[in-house]
Amino acid sequence: MVSGQSVRVKSYSPPGHVRTPYYLRGKTGIVERVLGPFPNPEQLAYGLKAEPQPLCRVRFSMAEVWGKATDNPSDTIEAEIYSHWLEELDT
Amino acid sequence: MPHDHHDHLSPSGHPYRKDDDVELTYWQTMEIAVRELLIEKGELTAAQITSQIDAMDARSPANGAQVVARYWTDPDFAEALLADGSQATRDMGYDIGPMKLIALPNTPTLHNVVVCTLCSCYPRNLLGLPPDWYKSRAYRSRTVREPRRVLSEFGVELSPDIEVRVHDSTADMRYIVIPNRPDGTEGWMQDQLAELVTRDSMIGTGLPKHS
Repeated sequence: MVSGQSVRVKSYSPPGHVRTPYYLRGKTGIVERVLGPFPNPEQLAYGLKAEPQPLCRVRFSMAEVWGKATDNPSDTIEAEIYSHWLEELDT
Repeated sequence: MPHDHHDHLSPSGHPYRKDDDVELTYWQTMEIAVRELLIEKGELTAAQITSQIDAMDARSPANGAQVVARYWTDPDFAEALLADGSQATRDMGYDIGPMKLIALPNTPTLHNVVVCTLCSCYPRNLLGLPPDWYKSRAYRSRTVREPRRVLSEFGVELSPDIEVRVHDSTADMRYIVIPNRPDGTEGWMQDQLAELVTRDSMIGTGLPKHS
């Protein structure tokens, strides 16, 4: 994963502790920068051996996230998403 | 009659407030039990716990205000802060523990605001404890959906050509907004400038005081 990469957040809903906000699942954005690696919180939360995962700051447009329900479609949201939640898209 | 609670007013005319002695919650009881066990087993001392609480209480937005003011006055520091927020802050002498910090500079065309929709992540190790509203469900859910309305309720009105960028603090990083330096502060020293930097201006829900 590199900055500038177009990505989509996976849209599944696994049980347990996840740190991918529900409102961003299935949404497409651009990787702003790559951070980490950080231990996977989905394992860490249960005291399991946590695999290190790159963490990506992903930038989304308000239009992408909320459609017409937003007060300004060109405003943006950035969030930290662990890379195993991201699908790379062709640009 | 001082002890007659007529109309639930005190002799001074103010309403009585209930004493704050409600029962402990499950997790408060658990915290006390674990803390007492750690002390009994010699893992920690009560003095260590107290000193950690004191260290957290000593942190305040004044620390962040110094970071912002130095960003405004010291171009080398500004560059270092953007490259590695944690290290630059430590180099200023702040003990921020293991916190990973990203600085988000506003520009004339960009306004940053920070929220944590999943819980209430906040750069406590630099700014101290967050305001109560930061942890409220209303702030957390509305800021990502209608940030301009939320900002407007804080008294921050932005023209439509300024991009609002909401940072959802979802994982391992913590964020500090670097507000724009107020006009008319040319030549000011770092300490003078720091006086203008409010807590809310570093969350993004406010602007610095006018010079």
